[in-house]
Amino acid sequence: MSHSAGDRAHDSGGGPASAAAAHSHADVDRHVRSALFVFAALLVLTGVTVGAWFLHLPTRAAIALALAIATVKGTLVAAWFMHLVSEERLIYWMLILAASCFLPLLLFPTFTMLGAITPR
Amino acid sequence: MSAIPYTVEVRPDTGLNNGKIAIWLFLASEVMLFGALFASYVMLRVGATTWPPGATYLNIPLATVNTVVLIGSSVTMVLAWASLVKGEFSRFRLFLGITILCGLVFLVIKYFEYSAKFHHGYLPATNTFLAIYFTLTGLHGLHVIGGMAVNAYLWGPGSALWRTDRQHFTNRVENAGLFWHLVDLVWIFLFPILYLL
Repeated sequence: MSHSAGDRAHDSGGGPASAAAAHSHADVDRHVRSALFVFAALLVLTGVTVGAWFLHLPTRAAIALALAIATVKGTLVAAWFMHLVSEERLIYWMLILAASCFLPLLLFPTFTMLGAITPR
Repeated sequence: MSAIPYTVEVRPDTGLNNGKIAIWLFLASEVMLFGALFASYVMLRVGATTWPPGATYLNIPLATVNTVVLIGSSVTMVLAWASLVKGEFSRFRLFLGITILCGLVFLVIKYFEYSAKFHHGYLPATNTFLAIYFTLTGLHGLHVIGGMAVNAYLWGPGSALWRTDRQHFTNRVENAGLFWHLVDLVWIFLFPILYLL
């Protein structure tokens, strides 16, 4: 559908076009509501991340906790802001490909280093 | 003609429009780019005999504010796109404008952070921690600038497309949004890794 008028023409006319628009409006409203909910969750989790830092946990526990929270936050952003929850399968495959290249990249050097610095 | 057209029609074979596939391929390459640097960070840290806590050099309250600013800008980006889908162009401009401003606030805070480091003589050459800090945050900062440039174009001259092809313009904003959310996502990991651990 193409509109030639500028600024704020709302789809208020009859016919199938407005029915489709109404449907997508409801979808968008739902999307916005979940985005605001995710926003609140991200703020709380940011608070938890910084709060955990004040606890001065042992290094290993601090790393595990901070990365766990970051992973939850990252998943929320990817799933709802980037709407991966309702995305086509092709995109999942593209990301799985990227992840399967990234993981060896992350792990091989680390294993090498761990092997190299193992105390005798 | 072998060129792939930039259309907003969903292709039957992929179930997606071409622009969506292209931006996700680009984002996948970005994951690899930052992934390589995260891997470097892990390797440098595991290999180092000592590693300074981020707070030794870095300002945690400022970075916390920046985290909130960037998360907020992601929400306004979603609201900007949602406004377009509902045909509300002036609301779109308001929310995209706020998104751009948030990007600017992030960069200004980053500027103060960098200035403080330079003032104290903390340079990338000072030690490994600062080297990887400046590399990761510098690259991320360039992404913020890039995202702001695209958003500013869509807010300004690029928005002329709205008058002729609404769907196409909405699609552009959606794709710009996907990039902006990735910038947010990367920062969500950079913040604890560099500042808090």
